[in-house]
Order: sequence, then C-alpha cells, then structure tokens
Amino acid sequence: MYQTIYHRASSVDEAVSLFAKGSEAKFLAGGQTLLPVMKQRLASPSDVIDLGKIKELQGVELSGDVLTIKAGTTYFDIMQNADVKKAIPAIAYLTSVLGDPAVRYRGTIGGSIANNDPAADYPAALLALGATVKTNKRSISADDFFKGLFTTALEDGEIITAVSFPVPAKAGYEKMRHPASRFALTGVFVAQTKSGEVRVAATGASQSGVMRVGAIEAALKANWSPSAIDSVNISASNLLADIHGTAEYRANLIKVMAQRAVTAAG
Amino acid sequence: MGVEGIGARVVRKEDKRFITGKGRYVDDIKLLGMTHAHFIRSPHAHAKVKGIDSSAALSMPGVVAVLTGQEIVDDKVGNLICGWAITSKDGSPMKMGAWPAMAPETVRFVGQAVAVVIAETKNQARDAAEAVVVNYEELTAVADVHAAIKAGAPQLHPEAPGNQVYDWVIGDEGAADAAFAKAANVVKLDVTNNRLAPNAMEPRAAIADYDAAEEHYTLYTTSQNPHVARLVLSAFYNIAPEHKLRVIAPDVGGGFGSKIFIYPEEMVALWASKKVGRPVKWTGDRTEAFLTDAHGRDHVTHAELAFDANNKITGLKVKTYANFGAYMSLFSSSVPTYLYATLLSGQYNIPAIHAEVIGVYTNTTPVDAYRGAGRPEASYLIERLMETAARQLKVDPAALRRQNFITQFPHQTPVIMAYDTGDFNASLDAAMKAIDYDGFAARKAKAKTEGKLRGIGLSCYIEACGIAPSKAVGSLGAGVGLWESAEVRVNPVGTIEVLTGSHSHGQGHETTFCQLVAERLGIPISQVSIVHGDTDKVQFGMGTYGSRSAAVGLTAILKAMEKMESKAKKIAAHALEASEGDIVIENGEFKVAGTDKAIALPMVALAAYTAHNLPDGMEPGLKESAFYDPTNFTFPAGSYICELEVDPGTGKTSFVNFVAADDFGRLINPMIVEGQVHGGLAQGIGQALLEHAIYDSNGQPITASFMDYSMPRADDLPSFNLSHTTTLCPGNPLGIKGCGEAGAIGASAAVINAITDAIGKNNLEMPATPDRVWRTIHAA
Repeated sequence: MYQTIYHRASSVDEAVSLFAKGSEAKFLAGGQTLLPVMKQRLASPSDVIDLGKIKELQGVELSGDVLTIKAGTTYFDIMQNADVKKAIPAIAYLTSVLGDPAVRYRGTIGGSIANNDPAADYPAALLALGATVKTNKRSISADDFFKGLFTTALEDGEIITAVSFPVPAKAGYEKMRHPASRFALTGVFVAQTKSGEVRVAATGASQSGVMRVGAIEAALKANWSPSAIDSVNISASNLLADIHGTAEYRANLIKVMAQRAVTAAG
Repeated sequence: MGVEGIGARVVRKEDKRFITGKGRYVDDIKLLGMTHAHFIRSPHAHAKVKGIDSSAALSMPGVVAVLTGQEIVDDKVGNLICGWAITSKDGSPMKMGAWPAMAPETVRFVGQAVAVVIAETKNQARDAAEAVVVNYEELTAVADVHAAIKAGAPQLHPEAPGNQVYDWVIGDEGAADAAFAKAANVVKLDVTNNRLAPNAMEPRAAIADYDAAEEHYTLYTTSQNPHVARLVLSAFYNIAPEHKLRVIAPDVGGGFGSKIFIYPEEMVALWASKKVGRPVKWTGDRTEAFLTDAHGRDHVTHAELAFDANNKITGLKVKTYANFGAYMSLFSSSVPTYLYATLLSGQYNIPAIHAEVIGVYTNTTPVDAYRGAGRPEASYLIERLMETAARQLKVDPAALRRQNFITQFPHQTPVIMAYDTGDFNASLDAAMKAIDYDGFAARKAKAKTEGKLRGIGLSCYIEACGIAPSKAVGSLGAGVGLWESAEVRVNPVGTIEVLTGSHSHGQGHETTFCQLVAERLGIPISQVSIVHGDTDKVQFGMGTYGSRSAAVGLTAILKAMEKMESKAKKIAAHALEASEGDIVIENGEFKVAGTDKAIALPMVALAAYTAHNLPDGMEPGLKESAFYDPTNFTFPAGSYICELEVDPGTGKTSFVNFVAADDFGRLINPMIVEGQVHGGLAQGIGQALLEHAIYDSNGQPITASFMDYSMPRADDLPSFNLSHTTTLCPGNPLGIKGCGEAGAIGASAAVINAITDAIGKNNLEMPATPDRVWRTIHAA
C-alpha cells in the first residue's frame, strides 16, 4: 500500500469538505474493494475519507410502501433487520448470500452501488425494484444511476446517503456464485410492483454491467410463473465470458436464475 | 494403549500456541539491523533482459542496494539443481537448461526474478522496486504442452531441443503389445490432470543473517526439510560449507510439497546478506506464491486398458506428457516418472504395463511435487479407466474392480513396486456398506423425480509412501538417501527430548511422536518434547513429505528408544540388583517382573548422570540416536465412494455423501489421521471441482489470485464419512503405512466418476466446474 492520509468523517458535510481538500481523495464505505486494490498498489488515493462512523448514514426505515436503507448500513445489519425481512425479504436473502461473513460485517450498500462492480448483487436489486438512490445533492432513479462497468451517475465528491425501495408485490433473487470470488457469476432479481409492472435485472452476465432483461419481463408480465421463461431466448452476444463461465453458460443462467427467482418470489 | 499412547485420540499439544496466535513463523522473527528484500519480477513469460537501470532506485529513501542476476552469476552462486537424474529411453541423460537464482539474460516465466531491492523497510523496498527500469525484449512464449513440442515452437533452453527434457519409458512394451493384440476389449481414455497451485496458508519467507566475524550464515526459512536445504545450499549453491550454515525452519504454516524445494529467494537472501553486511528478510505475498511456488500435476495422458473375454485386465499402455514449466525444480523429474508410472498398476493384477512419459518445458511456473506427487495422477488415470471400462463392458464398477483386485501378497507389479500387504476387498466392502451402495439405484430414481441427476463414483487407490529405501531410490537416480534420523535425550530428572529429522508443518508431530514415548515408557506426553527444524540441534534429517514421517521418522525414534531403554534397563537392573532380562517398563517405572521392586525413570536418569553407581564400564548419560532406512515403500490403500447430485439447469454439483475407507496400517492418533484425511480429501475434491492454474497462450497467468483461483472452502465440501480397515505394514516394526496424502490421491477420481455417472457422459475434464458440466450435459 502506498502512503495515504486517513480521515474519519463525523458527518456528510465534513466528508464532503475533506474530499474537496484532498488532491485525489477517495471515500471509504466499507472498503471491501478499495482496500484490497490499495494493498495491491493499484490505487493510490492521497486521502481516504471513512464514512463508516457517520450516524446519519446508518439505519433502515420502513414508511408505508417505501423501505429506505441508509447508505452506510452494513450488509450484516441489513440482513438482520426486521423491517427489511418484513417488507422485502428478497433483499435480506440477497444480502445473506453476498460475499462471506467477513465481507458482510464490513461492506455497505452505499459502497457496493457506488463501486458498481458488474458482478455485484445489489445493483440487480436496485434496478429490478426501481429503487431511488439518494445523495447529498439529489435523487437518482436506479435506471439512471448505473452507467456500465464500475461507472455510475455519481459526480466527483457526491455521497450516497440512502437507497429507497418501493415495497413490491413480489420479489425474488437467485444467483450462481462465482466459485472463486463468490460474486455473482450470474444473478437475477425479479420483481412485480404493486401496480403490476414486472422488472427483471441480471448481474454478473453482461459486458456492460447490470442490465434489465426485457424478454423475461415481457414473459413474466404475461404469465408470472417459471415456465413462462422456458421459451424465452437469451442471446449470448455481449455477455461476459471467462474461465468460470462461457457467454452461452451465462445466457442459460439468466433464464435458470430468473425461473428460480420467480419460484422464490412466490 | 495408555491414555496417551499409540492409538489414543490425544489433543494436539501444538494447538495451544497455534490457536492463540503464539506460533512463531519466519515472518514473526525480527533481527537487529534487519533489512527487507523486494524482488523485481518479470511481467513477461519469455523475454531477454537487455538492461537494468537502478540509478533512480538507489537514491530513494532507505534503499541499501539493488542487486541483479548478473551479479549473482558473477559471484559464482550455483544454478538451481534438479536432484533426481532420469534417463531417456535412448539412454541419454535428461536435458536441462540452467536456472540461475535471478535471471541475468533470459526470463522464462512470469514472476521470475531479475533483481532484488534491499531497503530499510518493506515498503521502501517496494517503492524503490517500482523505480528500477528493466529493459526487456519480448520473445514468443509457449504455455501449452502440446504447443511446446510442435515443430517451430519457441525454444526455452538450447540444452533441450524441442523443449523436451526426457522421453522415459517403464515396463515391457512387447508384453503390453502382445496383450493388446489378443484383447477381447480395449478401453481408451484421454485425460488431463489439471495444474494446481499449492497455496499453503503461510507464504514462503526467508531471513538470512551473515556473521562476517565467524563467516557464518543463519537462514530462517519456510522449509519442510531444513537439513536438505542446508545440504543443497552448501554442496551445490556455494553459499557456505555446512558447518558455516545453520538452517532453521520454525513453525511452518503448511507445505503440501511446495516447501520441500530450495527456491531462488532463499539463495538470494543469503548472498545479499553478505553483500550488504546485514540480515535480509523476504516474505512472499500471495501473488508471489501463485507465481513462484512450484505448481503441481499438469499431465496430458492417453491410456488404453486391455481386457480378456472374462473382463480380466491383460494389459495397460500409457503415454503422458508432463509439463515441467520453465525450469526443472528440485525433485520435479521424479514426479511423473518414478512417483507416477510405478503406481499405474493400481489395486489390480495387470500382467503387462508399458508407460512412456515425455517431460516438456513451457513458459510457466516450474512444476514439482504437490501432495501426492505423481500418485494422484496415476490413481486418477487408472480409476477413470476402470469406471470407463465398467460402462463400456456394461458391468458393475465395483464388481469389475473386485474381479481384478490383487489378493495375494507380496505382489510384484510390472512397474517396479512390490506391494507388501493389503486387503482391497475389505476397504471396498467397508465403503460400499457405509454408503449403502445397494440402495443407490432407488436413490437415483427418487432424485430423478426431483429433477436432479444423481451419480455414484468409486475410487480404489493405492499409493507408495514411507519414502523411501535409500538403496532403491539411489538405483533409480535419486541424489539423496531417504532414511530418517532420531535422537532420544533423557534429561537427568527424567524428562525427555526427542530430536527428529522429520519436520512438522501441520502434521502434529509434537503430539504423535510423544505418544510413542508415552506408549513405551508409560509417562505422560507432557514430560516429552519434540525438537525439530534446526540444523544446529538435530544432526541430520531428510524432512517431511511423501507420507513418510510416521513410517520412517517415527521408526527412527523407536530405534533410538530401544537403544536408550536397553541402557536404562541395565542401570535399573544394577540399582535393583536384578538381572537385566527381568526388567520391564511400566507406568514410568523399571520393575523387576513379578515383584514389587521398582525404580522410577527419573531415578534411573539421575543415576545415569550422577554416574556414582553405574555398571562397570558403562559410559555416563542417557542419550541414544539412530538412523532408520526403510526396507520398502509402504502401500496405504483404500476405497472412496462419492455420491452426488448434478443440477441439470446449472451444472452445479452437490455432494450427498462421501465415504472413505482407508488402510493406513497402525494409527498413532486417529484424530490426527482423520484431520489428515479431511485435508487430503479437500485438496482432491478441490482438484476435481474447483482448482486450476491457467495460463493464456502467451504464458500470462490468469489465476494468480483467490478472485480467480478457486480454493475449496468448507461449504464446498461434504461432511466426510471415514472408516479404517487395517493390515499392518510388515516393512516397519510399528506397522505404519502413512496417511498424509491418501485423500488427495484418491478423491478426485471418485468425484469425476460420480459426475460422469450422473450425467451419463464419460468425457469430462477436471476441474468439473458448473459451466463445464453444463456444457457436457448439453453437448451433442
């Protein structure tokens, strides 16, 4: 690791002001990606501003049909939270199969979506549930937030404060774990909103990062059942291919995981 | 058996320090004035080193020196050696290219060191290494074994035309050809034995400390065999004569073979310590471990098995290409030859065997012994062949095995090994009973109704362990003897220190070796200490690998114990005014048999050291040593059966049951044996399902981190169902066969046989990843 200056911010405003002062500052929101990358000397931030102790970024609120998870809430706290389990159990489940216990004690939802790893789990949940990302400056719909591999709509120095999820009628998530990293080799989140809209998002599959799967959405809109997906054709072009999964395999996984997610959603 | 004697499930003495973080590993050691080394490693798989500019680095904070490959060559530090000479079928010796500790001219794999930075801190060394400019001229690389032997392939070493190290044969080709000519059925199989990265939990590390006044070096290193390290460093690498070089291997966090070898980093640390006049420490990181720890396996094989009309095996023909990587590591040459082809008879009566092994250089990390070393490759091959044969001949795979089992012992195979004892039917019976083999068909049918493909796979392995009779291995080209030494020191107050040339890096010797002493003397193991891992303390030893420490090392301790006991009995008889022949040892006392006359061990020891009243002519003291050279290999064997389900939608495998029935001869500590089997099975299953060290066609490693290389985790593994059948090894007085490698040797075939049974297709390579299994299911 290169030398860096560590700051522990006590408020969002302080974090913003520390960020502005650093020449190449980075926010630390759990550090499950940033710290390994720094240890390998692949990142050399001048300043690391830890958001982990900011109280206003912690916690979960359920208000009517909206579940709000503050950005600094750890995976462990999300998966244990009674409101999450009650309102959107698919999120609790997704979180329980994310990484491993050590990751879940440290990693945060804000850190995950700000990083937007193409194989991360949360982006699929946000996209399928039509969530809204709240920052210190504005609100961004999930559809507008994820912009491709490791790229988001966030501006330099902008801090995610919370994610708001409309509580769906039904939702489910299933993933095939990457055997080495335990990220999603492919994961699919399916949701049916209370107004009957169907949204399906796949992670780990596309060369462009998390994506909606229109063909499956259409099939499920017509018939919310696993068998509705049988005849859907998923093209392997533009899907990721590596030593752990060919593009054809990932195309298959999109279908199979979607079917199982529908079963899980009930 | 006493409460802490042979056969007792004694809790490991060493675990108190390991589980409380008090283990003392090389990286925990800090010497006064110590500097830190960081190696500059080639990013290219094959390149000329045109120049190294270290001027900027030398002026950076804390930098002590930047040393290059040319300097180590100029200082006449020897090239790395390969310690086992193999002769090709045309009578020529194996063809080896030179391997300098740091490359002066040519790099041949990604990660090969070209220079080293020595600095006050580790981070300063790393910072400065980034400022060293190495000018490379890239050359075409080759990573695949078949590509490497093609005409026109990039050539690695001028000494080895066609990248061929040797073309070695074993067995009787004429007899094998005759068997195939008459065969009623021939079963053919092509298999790849996937390359693995060893991944010991503790990365390799070294601290070298040169004392200019004494012209003496001390090396702390992560070694499975510190005496062999000293021998090689002294005799071949010109570091220092043996009496001027002390090698200490303190607590070592796993080896699996990868810490047998003497690596360039230790050589450079020693050399650099003299150069800079200060201690030099190097601790590898995980990336360096992936790039530079000797890899394992990497065979490509075609094999054919001949059967007569009654399904009796009549012949076996094998042709294997072994990928050695860019250089010949210390024992690499023996792994695909004498440790592999000599086990190709498996548990079966095969009258004629012929095997050809072609060793090949590629631009990849060197390959050497990794848990099992050759024997997993042999066992995997023969057990895949037997399963394939059963399917082709449409007979039950267990029945086909039984029909061909060796049942008379000793049994001379056509490939050197003479099996001393075993009962292969007994272990297969035990495994089949444990898994309810007969009920499998019903379970498979039920699984089908649930949309799952269920399969069962057998693997009846045999291995040659207790490595090894020195005369035998010497006749086969080994450069060392493979005996073991021991010394038993009884202190004046009766406590005991046992010095052993074996080295524990996870095996639990500090417990099991004490159990032998407890068994013989009837004293608690708390009164016994095991001393190992320091060439200044233990006179000599060959170290720990090849499941040899109990069969060979513990037998050496037994021999030393017998000498010590004999002298102690004389002292006791003298003190008790009895005949030496009447003395028996019980509960820590020397007793006159049949009487209540006794003298406790501490009093015997005290008498030996006060020497006030010893028998006439007896030397004072109570300390004996012994060297033990085994008369034969030992032959642990067993049957593993795996039952699993494949999810046809994803190709994912889920274990239902995994049973292992092993015959290890006598068990010293069944709990530790079970731990060894669990670990071995994890590695065998890891090879079957998860692990693969992969290079692209340019020799760039693709799996150099745990984000890409799949190490097995607890939730990848089933809860193992273990049992033992026992035939005592006649080759050593304790009847021990060894247990350290069995799991890794036997497990992978059981898993692949089960998956191929489940999916109904036989062509499936390791690792059987979900993607690969899914594609195989859906292949035309």
